[in-house]
Amino acid sequence: MKDKRFFVAAALPLPRKTGFLLLLPAGLFLTIFYLYPLARILSSALDARLLLQQATWNTVGRTLGFTVYQAALSTFLTLAIGLPLSLLFARYEFRGKSLWRAMMTVPFMLPTVVVAAGFNAFLGERGWVNLTLMRLLDLQKAPIPFTGTLIAILVAHVFYNTILVVRILAHTLEHLDPRLEQAARVLGADDWQTFWQVTFPLLRPSLLAATSLVFLFDFTSFGVILLLGGPKFATLEVEIYVQGMHLLHLPLAALLSVVQLLCTAAQAWLYSRLLNRVITPFSPRPAAANIRPARRWREKLFLVGMLSLVVVLFLFPMVSVPVRSVVRMEAARGERGQVHYGLTADYYRELFVNRLSSLFYVPPLEAARNSLLYGLATVFLSLILGFPAATALARGNRWARGPDILFLLPLGTSAVTMGLGFLLAFRRAVTSPWLVPLAHTLIALPLVVRTLQPAIASIPPRLQEAAQVLGASPWRAWRTVEWPILRRAVLAAATFAFTVSLGEFGATLLLARPEYPTLPVAIYRFLSQPGGLNYGQAMAMTTILMAFTTGGILLIERLRSPAGGEF
Amino acid sequence: MRKILIPLLLGLLVVTACGPRLPATLTVMTHDSFAVSEEVIRSFEEENNVKVTFLASGDTGTALNKAILSKDAPLADVFYGVDNTFLSRALDADLFEPYRSPLLKDIPAEFQLDPQFRALPVDYGDVCINYDKAYFAEHNLPVPQSLEDLTRPEYRGLLVVENPATSSPGLAFLLATIAHFGDPGYLDFWRALRENGVVVVNDWETAYYTNFSGSSGRGPQPMVVSYGSSPPAEVIFAEQPLEDAPTASLVGPGMCFRQIEFVGILKGTKNRDIARKFVDFMLSVRFQEDMPLQMFVFPVNPNAKLPEAFVRYAQIPEKPATLDPALIAANREKWIQAWMETVLR
Amino acid sequence: MLEIVHIRKTYEGQPLLEDVSFTVARGETVCLLGPSGSGKSTLLRIIAGLEEAERGQVFWEGEDITAVSPHRRRMGMVFQDYALFPHLNVAENVAFGLRMQGWSPQDQQTRVREVLELVRLTGFEARRVTDLSGGEQQRVALARALAPRPHVLMLDEPLGALDRALREELLEELRRILRASDVAAIYVTHDQEEAAAIADRILVLHRGRIVRDGTPFEVWNSPGSLWVAQFLGVGNILFGECHPGSGSSVLKTALGEFPLSCPHCHPKGTRVGAILRPSAAEEHPEGEIRARVTDILFQREHFRVSLENGLYVFLSRAPRVGETVSLRLKAPLECLGI
Repeated sequence: MKDKRFFVAAALPLPRKTGFLLLLPAGLFLTIFYLYPLARILSSALDARLLLQQATWNTVGRTLGFTVYQAALSTFLTLAIGLPLSLLFARYEFRGKSLWRAMMTVPFMLPTVVVAAGFNAFLGERGWVNLTLMRLLDLQKAPIPFTGTLIAILVAHVFYNTILVVRILAHTLEHLDPRLEQAARVLGADDWQTFWQVTFPLLRPSLLAATSLVFLFDFTSFGVILLLGGPKFATLEVEIYVQGMHLLHLPLAALLSVVQLLCTAAQAWLYSRLLNRVITPFSPRPAAANIRPARRWREKLFLVGMLSLVVVLFLFPMVSVPVRSVVRMEAARGERGQVHYGLTADYYRELFVNRLSSLFYVPPLEAARNSLLYGLATVFLSLILGFPAATALARGNRWARGPDILFLLPLGTSAVTMGLGFLLAFRRAVTSPWLVPLAHTLIALPLVVRTLQPAIASIPPRLQEAAQVLGASPWRAWRTVEWPILRRAVLAAATFAFTVSLGEFGATLLLARPEYPTLPVAIYRFLSQPGGLNYGQAMAMTTILMAFTTGGILLIERLRSPAGGEF
Repeated sequence: MRKILIPLLLGLLVVTACGPRLPATLTVMTHDSFAVSEEVIRSFEEENNVKVTFLASGDTGTALNKAILSKDAPLADVFYGVDNTFLSRALDADLFEPYRSPLLKDIPAEFQLDPQFRALPVDYGDVCINYDKAYFAEHNLPVPQSLEDLTRPEYRGLLVVENPATSSPGLAFLLATIAHFGDPGYLDFWRALRENGVVVVNDWETAYYTNFSGSSGRGPQPMVVSYGSSPPAEVIFAEQPLEDAPTASLVGPGMCFRQIEFVGILKGTKNRDIARKFVDFMLSVRFQEDMPLQMFVFPVNPNAKLPEAFVRYAQIPEKPATLDPALIAANREKWIQAWMETVLR
Repeated sequence: MLEIVHIRKTYEGQPLLEDVSFTVARGETVCLLGPSGSGKSTLLRIIAGLEEAERGQVFWEGEDITAVSPHRRRMGMVFQDYALFPHLNVAENVAFGLRMQGWSPQDQQTRVREVLELVRLTGFEARRVTDLSGGEQQRVALARALAPRPHVLMLDEPLGALDRALREELLEELRRILRASDVAAIYVTHDQEEAAAIADRILVLHRGRIVRDGTPFEVWNSPGSLWVAQFLGVGNILFGECHPGSGSSVLKTALGEFPLSCPHCHPKGTRVGAILRPSAAEEHPEGEIRARVTDILFQREHFRVSLENGLYVFLSRAPRVGETVSLRLKAPLECLGI
């Protein structure tokens, strides 16, 4: 990032040509690794005759209806929980804040199989909530139905995506001028009025961005629907998988992919239209000015209440995994039927043993290393492509609208379809391990751009002009004026990219060679065979993944903490 | 920044385009569940001076789809893992070239479903209902002896099955009921099963680890659609040495469906000789004896000795259900649709 | 009448305000003057209810409002950088407080027109606040604070961000507006000129305490303490030994001996500080002070002449730089005590 001219351009509205050049790398990337494979698979699989069949439209209509319905509900719930949580993180100082935040980020990269297992251990028919209730109320059947209900889908979506809302909104809230709210208070607005009349309107652009992302994630939900929703529910993404991979009905799968893609594009278009209407420029403030401990009893109640919610919603479903990874419950199984519990480190020890001397044995350290390398490559790639693109989009005028939509599309594209597209487009090269971070970047890029764009847009051009007049070179002006403001956003973007990669979004996307297995791949390997040891090892491996990601996030949080020239 | 980026991207392209294509490499495309001992593959590599690379390509359906889509420029020389439920599809797509391996003479005719020797059987496994022995003992409940028994009130809510639209064992079990009750008689059975509180989930992992009470997940249902080889797996992967398997299979007549997995040489291979050697190798006793403990399947080669755990804990049904692959291919979608209408809606 | 009684506030263990008490009557403008960090803004925020004091009370018309939350206090506040709501236009900003108090739309409209006229922004109703100049934003902020007819109007360095000419112009207008609105006003600033121009009464705040309370004239003429004199810049400060005499005292300093008027009685030899006002010196051939001129500055009604011994005086004539001037004191030095 040493080309000075680029940064001079960044501060002011960009001329079309500069904007075009900034968009070029990301545009090229998307053309080669997204549009081209997509075009290949769609052109080879689509079949116009399908359009004439009533059955086709029945399937499309039913699936699309449910997809939109559950996505709208999930998004609403996620916002309803994410908004107060954002206020909590943006406004109050409390113990272990970064740990809390890290805890909420962990779900984002957990394999759905594990999440489903976690939720079942918590809320399932034999989960401890139901077992406790059965014992207390002396019931024969589990009182709370969970698995296989719409509720399970909604709860899991909230579990996965709340962090998106919190990260985006808390960032804006932290940098909101506290005096605006104080002014409202002095003018006679109570807490509630202050929030709805002043804070909320200023939050709208970020809220819109968060809504748009969460909706997309819910709209294209796959694993949650399949594993927690059960066979009664199918989103477009699930139907594409079933039609394409199990019924071998590729034309219908391709058609459903097109429907999903069109919906995504429409959503992105709506987003950018709405954004223009609600955007209000305001100067960001130092975050520290807004953050303080809770003092009044109402604030304390809010703090305790919200943190309890976090514990119930985020910690409880996850905690069963590490617990199970050190608890043995098999000792006296078999004919005797009594379960004995005991602590054990066997699962972890066993991870390091290739018991069956299998060719596909995954040493945990190697899996962790591979995950880390893929993650870092994804962070690097998505930032280097995303930063100039976000700059162009943030400072561009009308011409930036089109590319803006293009950036969001990969999120709305079925992983199954993309996987097949890659195959057609890259042939033998699709077995290259290089393609893995490239595919992860495809998913990370929209998140990175969406995170950076508002931050870049919020820097008043005056700031940089002032610095330059004061004698700072363009590079120094950027370094001392913009970078401190962007630092947080860049770190947030990096976190997203890293978690996307670690969570192996669309693990089915590519052809994998056994040389470079990642942590999620290792987890799936254990879960695909019966046996208590396999299950325990899967839990142990997941615990390692959780520890690994929590550590990574805490490290990033440390980087964004006040020590180094925090804005 | 741009100056760096474009060469970088181009560089990446070059790197990805070159790929791992060394002269003496045999590429084998498989599903994700494929496994083999390192030592077994090494010995093949040494004997034939070749490097074997495996491409894990998703579940069975996904892997097959990928093979069909890349037919014109195949990614691999050998494809392993198409089963009898997908066999016709693979043969219709004209994926494989015929190869009459000399080892086929040892292999029972019941496994050799392709008379033109394009797809050669490698292993089989029976999709059976597993039950939690402790549960049945504790409740003094007799074990169901037939599919019909499952609709009796004492087994209400005790069975979890997989959705045939999303799961391979789920489909196999559906086919078993179709083989037993015929079409459309199977729908009556499923209707009764539904009324008797059968639980349906989408995938084997959830069914086995979350719903089944005999696994480490300790779920609510004591019966699950799984494999005949799952009980020995429970012993082999037990946390502490077990005297006896905690689970067993229901192997009454027609209760299990036999899945046979095939290997084939992909049309357009440039390593035909090595590919043939590899197919021979897969049918040989060495490989066949390695398979059971790696993939928990049974060898088709009768000369291969089963590991002890298999002999002791795996039940092999005497009369497993089978259906003609062509019939399956023709009706798969229809059967699944009708099943979904009956059981889910 | 607003009464502030024994307010105490600490920040991270350091006392920020200590036992601050004062009153503001209706129609009176009180200026809180002090350097940055003296606790002025915190005091304002405590009065507004935005922060809580550890001790002390706030009364309005005899009623204790210490525990009343800010939105029920009916106070107006103009923030340093205006804090206008960027998502609302000028009229909506001004009407905000009215809306919160539940005024009818017609009344709101009438009142908005009224206050906008008062601040001379008629016709700006539909403008976006982000498009306004600094001075215009300032007026909108003032109009917004005045619209709901607050009991007390607080202005926190309201002119701090503006250029000098605009500041003088607005200061004059502010005075007119404050007079017209008959509100109890508290004006916070660190600028003595501004304070002198607007205040009926000045409270000088130093390290969390009120160290001087009086009209601008009183404060200026008898700062009362060394620190206030220095902060206000009332003149040269000289240190020396105090030698009380029968008629007048004498201050012995490094620059010589000067007559001293001292309200207190110091024992002989006490080291005290005293003001030598720059206007108290005039040129005289037999003056007590002889020194070379180092700098001259034209200041409209006089020349500000700096001398090599560190003093400065106002003279009606401009000597040349380097020239030696002889000065005589027209009045004795004013003793400020220890």
